Amino acid sequence: MTAIDLGLPTIAGLAGVPTVSDSDVPQKAKDFKSDQEVRWCPGCGDYAVLAAMQGFLPELGLRRENIVFVSGIGCSSRFPYYMNTYGMHSIHGRAPAIATGLSVARPDLSVWVITGDGDALSIGGNHLMHALRRNVNLKILLFNNRIYGLTKGQYSPTSEVGKVTKSTPMGSLDHPFNPVSLALGAEATFVARALDSDRKQLTEVLRAAAQHRGTALVEIYQNCPIFNDGAFDVLKEPGERERRIIPLRSGEPIRFGAEGEYGVVRDPATGSLQVRKVAEVGEDALVTHDAALDDPSYAFALSRLGGQDLEHTVTGVFRAVSRTSYDDLARSQVQQAHEDRGADLAALLRGRDTWTVS
Amino acid sequence: MTQDVGLDPAASPARPTEVRRLDRVVIRFAGDSGDGMQLTGDRFTSEAAAFGNDLATLPNFPAEIRAPQGTLPGVSSFQLHFADYDILTPGDRPDVLVAMNPAALKSNLGDLPQGGTLIVNTDEFTRRNLTKVGYDRNPLEDDSLSAYTVHKVPMASLTLGAVSETGLSKKDAERAKNMFALGLLSWMYHRPTEGTEGFLREKFARKPEIAEANVLAFRAGWNYGETTESFAVTYEVAPAELPTGTYRQITGNTALAYGLVAAGQQAKLPVFLGSYPITPASDVLHELARHKNFGVTTFQAEDEIAGIGAALGASFGGALGVTTTSGPGVALKSETIGLAVMTEMPLVVCDIQRGGPSTGLPTKTEQADLLQAMFGRNGEAPVPIVAPCSPADCFDAALEAARIALTYRTPVFLLSDGYIANGSEPWLIPDVEQLPDLTVEFATEPNAPDGSGEFWPYLRDQETLARPWAVPGTPGLEHRVGGLEKADGKGNISYDPDNHDRMVRLRQAKIDGIAVPDVVVDDPTADAEVLALGWGSTFGPIGAACRRVRRLGMKIAQAHVRHLNPLPANLGEVLGRYRRVVVPEMNLGQFAWLLRARYLVDVVSHTKVAGLPFKAEELQGVFTEIIKGAAA
Repeated sequence: MTAIDLGLPTIAGLAGVPTVSDSDVPQKAKDFKSDQEVRWCPGCGDYAVLAAMQGFLPELGLRRENIVFVSGIGCSSRFPYYMNTYGMHSIHGRAPAIATGLSVARPDLSVWVITGDGDALSIGGNHLMHALRRNVNLKILLFNNRIYGLTKGQYSPTSEVGKVTKSTPMGSLDHPFNPVSLALGAEATFVARALDSDRKQLTEVLRAAAQHRGTALVEIYQNCPIFNDGAFDVLKEPGERERRIIPLRSGEPIRFGAEGEYGVVRDPATGSLQVRKVAEVGEDALVTHDAALDDPSYAFALSRLGGQDLEHTVTGVFRAVSRTSYDDLARSQVQQAHEDRGADLAALLRGRDTWTVS
Repeated sequence: MTQDVGLDPAASPARPTEVRRLDRVVIRFAGDSGDGMQLTGDRFTSEAAAFGNDLATLPNFPAEIRAPQGTLPGVSSFQLHFADYDILTPGDRPDVLVAMNPAALKSNLGDLPQGGTLIVNTDEFTRRNLTKVGYDRNPLEDDSLSAYTVHKVPMASLTLGAVSETGLSKKDAERAKNMFALGLLSWMYHRPTEGTEGFLREKFARKPEIAEANVLAFRAGWNYGETTESFAVTYEVAPAELPTGTYRQITGNTALAYGLVAAGQQAKLPVFLGSYPITPASDVLHELARHKNFGVTTFQAEDEIAGIGAALGASFGGALGVTTTSGPGVALKSETIGLAVMTEMPLVVCDIQRGGPSTGLPTKTEQADLLQAMFGRNGEAPVPIVAPCSPADCFDAALEAARIALTYRTPVFLLSDGYIANGSEPWLIPDVEQLPDLTVEFATEPNAPDGSGEFWPYLRDQETLARPWAVPGTPGLEHRVGGLEKADGKGNISYDPDNHDRMVRLRQAKIDGIAVPDVVVDDPTADAEVLALGWGSTFGPIGAACRRVRRLGMKIAQAHVRHLNPLPANLGEVLGRYRRVVVPEMNLGQFAWLLRARYLVDVVSHTKVAGLPFKAEELQGVFTEIIKGAAA
């Protein structure tokens, strides 16, 4: 079998998706709120993400009817019902597949996938992986609360080892996924992480994701107050959060801590990244973050700085590189074929070898 | 004894051979799965088609790409029936068997009637190959084949000699021996040859020496017949008197793909195929992938579920979503079909049935997915079912499935099977001007009956009960669909008990109310007491058996059901007209089960699940017994 150069220039950002014009009434957050009562549990982190989304979309400036939310099954997957856009609440794990078909069929839409750790990484792991590999123009928001909420409290594929739940009274046995590492392993072109409680960073990440052409995966640490309350509290407590969270800003040295006393350096022997005290290694040794590096191993190394114990957690945009999206390529083949050959149905049906009975 | 002759026609002047006219011939090419029997059969089919015969074909091959060479499981065959009148099946038994090796002989000889013609490639009848398939002695050298007219031809060595000038290796040169066989058969049956030579030169355009070798082998086979005394008789089968018009040869899978392309054109919608490779459906994916110029997108998904998921997503976006698969794939797609039922969106699900359960018999035919298509989902999830009855009919069935999907906003099953998918027949090419108009209207305006200016996505059309299709990008119609139960009309999530009861009944009523044509009964004497009733690919064998029964002076009516859900409105009345109704099926009686449940009619179920279509002879016997029983 031969491989050929597909030869399509990269198309930027949100090209092709209609925007509101100056003559339109300016959009507000409430324009994106549907008339449905939001039914998440009190204190659920999903509220914060919903608010961030509704708050940031007016600024994005896309026409509301050209935005679609597709979700799977789980608490967070109710999200589309609360957005006054087009939406589909589909079936467990399949949202990336459904959204892929929609994205390929419609270049004029901004398509968002809302999923959770169980939906995306357990039952839908295959679709997630392949959407990332193909680089379909989708924005995937993975709400990670490290638990199954809608089924009332079983461990999930991101739960820490030894987690005691209804289905694992003696402690869970399986090693968890790091969703960012997984996405980078699949060579995702855009990978980011944010906390539900950090509205500012969440909004920044959502904005960058929206403008990325291709699959954007955003992992959002989200608290489940009922079945896994406080799972990310150590990342929110003053005194702890500064020591644990490693925020990424492209073009800047990776440095954190209350006084900026920690930084990330590269181990010259292994090439891996490490957290060290700046005072010990010197400012010049700090790694400057570059999300645009083509080689995903750097971003992967960043993702390994945080473990299941949350001793450190890297947030922000790990990777944002340009690779032609699958749907752009798929449409260009259809367009090219049409330009080259037209669409003569009678000729197709006739074929080459015919005979006539008279 | 084998002939040792030169291949140059000039060396031994052609002898006049007797020419006999036949009305029909069945030829079976059988060889190792690496011997190119399918290609050989395809080419002979094209020659017969170009000549104007009616024809029907039955490819039969193992699931393994290359089973161990020379073994019984590795045998691949292609049966072709061609005639000077309209025929319905590929034939029960071959008149001529071409056996390329001992395994092919052993596994196919049982089907050759006494007096049949056997053409054998003697070069493969070595001690080793004979032992491999359990022959203690060479059947070509004892009297075990005395009941047949045997032609022993060293095809491999004759091919080697014929192509020596190309300088190909022995291995490559020998591979052309199937074309030698084709040349010989083409001579025997006075077939045109230009088409095959042109085909070979085009197929191997990038390897001219291979093309040359195949053409030389093909000519050598022809010349062998012409110059040896081995073949005293050649045969002519005149063109068939079919309805006037322009014809081409077509397989079921190609016709199905064309039907889907045509559906998109007639609906003025892009077609989106989400599919995962599976035997025997992959050829539909392959064919559609070649026709992107018609606005067809083909998406080879990561699995069956993603294939149908992407198709449904495309439908949500306003495309004609299609997925193609076989039984095991349907099992995986079931949940998404349920979602399409719930969200009431158009979707065509093509199930090219094969032997089951589980992986079953991937390359063999069966009709055992009927009840899976009918009921294989959680909850009350009715889905319309359309079943084509022949290879060419797959084109019309695809258009009909698309019509129902688009009109009623529902997933629709198209139940083909391996027999008609891979089999071929002449197709009276339709006039595109006469194809049905499938144009759809998307919703563009708010529709709330209360004048609120809202859009109610589940407000139904009074006639079809279909809900509006409002595609993303339409301002003012933003709405959410999903798998949770929806409130009648407004479409918001509803857990209301009465609403659920109403919605379940509405979804059922929508499918039950689909307009489908009445079933047509073929009853030449109008007073038959027995009805043979079938569905899907059994049309040919049932029809051929009915003809035989009638030729014997007995009466039988035939009807064939194309719409299995909903069933034709007149079916109950038709069933009531006959003393006995016999239903042959390639399953354990699934349609019979539906008929009994629906109409309380005790139909006679005749079933076979051998991976092969019914033989007309077998059904003739069944029908005859039932007719005698009904009369008694």
